[in-house]
Amino acid sequence: MGREFLEGNEAIARGAMKAGCDFFAGYPITPASSILHYMLDLVPRAGGMAIQAEDEIASMGFCIAAAMAGRKVMTATSGPGISLYSENIGLAQMGETPLVIVNIQRQGPATGSATKGAEGDIQFTRWVTSGGLPVIALSPATVAEAYDLTYRAFNLAEQYRSPVFIMASKETGVTRESVDLDAVELPPRVERKAAPPDQKYQPHYFEHLAETPAMSAFSGEHIARFTTSTHDKTGYLTTNPAVIQEMLDHYAAKINDAADDIALYKQDFQDGADTLIISYGIISRSVAVAVKNARARGQKVSSLVLQTLWPTPEKTIRAAMNGVGKVIVPEMNMGQYRLEIERLAPPGVEVIGVDKMNTSLISPSEIETIGGLA
Amino acid sequence: MSTIEHATYMTDAIGPLPFCPGCGHHVLIKSLNKAMVKLQLDPKKTVIVTDIGCIGLSDRYFTTNAFHGLHGRSITYACGLKLARPELTVITLKGDGGCGIGGTHLLNVARRNIGITLIIANNFNYGMTGGQHSVTTPTDGITSTTPWGNVEGPMDLCGTAIAAGAAWVARTTTFEKDLVDTIAQAIKQPGFAMVDAWELCTAYYAPRNQLKKKDLDDMLEGYGFKLGVLTNKPREEYSAHYRKAFEAGKSAVKKRTTIETGFDNAVARQTGIVIAGSAGQKIKSAATLLAQGAMYSGLETTQKDDYPITVMTGHSLSEIIVSRDRIEYTAIDSPDYFLVISQDGLKKARARIEQLPETCTLYAEQSLDLPETMAKVVKLPLNDVAAKISKLSIAIIALAAMLKDSGIYPAHAFANAISKFQKPTVAEMNLKAAAAGAELT
Repeated sequence: MGREFLEGNEAIARGAMKAGCDFFAGYPITPASSILHYMLDLVPRAGGMAIQAEDEIASMGFCIAAAMAGRKVMTATSGPGISLYSENIGLAQMGETPLVIVNIQRQGPATGSATKGAEGDIQFTRWVTSGGLPVIALSPATVAEAYDLTYRAFNLAEQYRSPVFIMASKETGVTRESVDLDAVELPPRVERKAAPPDQKYQPHYFEHLAETPAMSAFSGEHIARFTTSTHDKTGYLTTNPAVIQEMLDHYAAKINDAADDIALYKQDFQDGADTLIISYGIISRSVAVAVKNARARGQKVSSLVLQTLWPTPEKTIRAAMNGVGKVIVPEMNMGQYRLEIERLAPPGVEVIGVDKMNTSLISPSEIETIGGLA
Repeated sequence: MSTIEHATYMTDAIGPLPFCPGCGHHVLIKSLNKAMVKLQLDPKKTVIVTDIGCIGLSDRYFTTNAFHGLHGRSITYACGLKLARPELTVITLKGDGGCGIGGTHLLNVARRNIGITLIIANNFNYGMTGGQHSVTTPTDGITSTTPWGNVEGPMDLCGTAIAAGAAWVARTTTFEKDLVDTIAQAIKQPGFAMVDAWELCTAYYAPRNQLKKKDLDDMLEGYGFKLGVLTNKPREEYSAHYRKAFEAGKSAVKKRTTIETGFDNAVARQTGIVIAGSAGQKIKSAATLLAQGAMYSGLETTQKDDYPITVMTGHSLSEIIVSRDRIEYTAIDSPDYFLVISQDGLKKARARIEQLPETCTLYAEQSLDLPETMAKVVKLPLNDVAAKISKLSIAIIALAAMLKDSGIYPAHAFANAISKFQKPTVAEMNLKAAAAGAELT
């Protein structure tokens, strides 16, 4: 127990190790490189393997295969790297691969400003690969949350046999804070559901659509199959439309039906508030100051901070919007998650975006001014 | 072994092989099976990894583990499996097309010597997508995308792998009598092994170019290429080497130094401190020490840094916030203390200095030509003092001067951070610098 002065990237590495990560592959990219450095130090000490791959495509290839060989796996990059991960992310979904993908977001598009923060990959992550299957994505705001949510991302990856994204900003990844990670309360570790050894293994077996199939690793008790092609529960290629649809329904249901269980959020509601601010990531910290300032002026305002971005915590968002007249959505992008809020807002509720993507943080006063609180 | 436990590793449960009549893949796949029988591989410890293309259809016909991934990336999955589970025998089947799109993976697996076997079904074109030209299509070869003859030169896959450092490389054709032995030898290699197997694509390349068995021999002769094992230079396999290097070179686990409050502070409200200087002036590490000193004084703190992507040149700027309470917004819109210690720092911070409020104190190296500002200006002989101690300590000198002047927390707490977090020789120098800085204000 005790306080340290840590950056978010180190907290992410520590969270991964706490979760039992024993395989890491990555490629250098600002501002995520220090995660690669930490993991190259920590993972071999724990008996695992960490490697710098030749590119992002190879990083993901190594990671997917290692995960299917029974390892607990993480990779880390920034927006340009996610672009290169894209096709393999589809492969991970197709093979139901448990895997944690960290995105320390920086100002884009393209190379953008490598050392500057943004949160511009929100919708990109939702629709990151061909086919449009749902994803799980968590967004930490602080160094403590970077630790906490990375640990939880491993649990979700195992629980749903799915890639899980950590979507931090450079502003959380490489900003240092005084923090006591030992004081962060973590849930028990979730271990992979193992296929019964005495039965023939079907890599994608489920009784009901939303069930996560049990898994047997390569080099384990069973003959294992993994394929990028449209397949049935046994992992063999199929062209039967009914089977294809059932498999796709399964991939979607396993995540969408669990949206309420995956939903992590913090709410600070005030009775009688007509204004609600919905935020996530680094900007939720500007919101905390804006809310304090507004309340000090006697204004009533509520705040909902989303730690889970995908699947959309619809129930939570709808409940928070119930009874308010105005919702402010500040984002370090051009208004990406606002699309979700607008979709869910009851008729007559005004949704105001505070969009900024110029490498500097949205300040509390900008939220107050544009949101009509000042 | 006296009895053969595994008579075959193939199954006809899903029907016959799906390849065109006369396609070389038939021979290659069956030869691989025979090689596996010869070696009596454990099916549970064997993985057939396939790329995309006609050859990518073959994993389904094997009773071992199978991994069928994206186009050109089979080597990466094979490596991932082998790195995660070194006990696995990993056999990768890939076409010449996959060697083009995934060329970098071929170079890197050869260079790293990860112990997988790569078998290339090299038939000089893309059979599955309609006979387009590949990286091995001969010059003048007719394909659907080189209708007037290929103007590109073919890649020598074996030569490429050897140049990249492959430990074991063989070239063969599907007409060679020792094909099974060649494949078995490759699988037995502890390091990376590659078999470049030339074949006829009877759907596209062979009929379009009237290519027959004899023409393969002529092609080889024309290139001056030999068949057989071209290189055999065993060296330590990657995972074993990795573990050995780690064991030999591993440094002590970095001790976690936690910070207990031992000093008081005089911070009434959240306070923002900005220090701007040059790369090489240890701005970031000095700012970290200032923050750690604040933690010894019971404060919450954050640090954000700004520097160009090339870290050894230009400006370096750090922003530190200290507060009794949890810090939310980590930017400093209205600094309380601003330190500028070099021309690079001034250039970067000029616009901000012009906007500083009258509540801010600006500490500046005395030789700098400052712009107009409402801040209270304190000029300090930082360069002169640093010249007597070390240029690398100038940021410590400046921060110590600010600490003394502002009184936000005790100099002892700063000294404590220097002693606890810096190497003894550096700490000794910086403790002198901190003491000298404190005398300036």
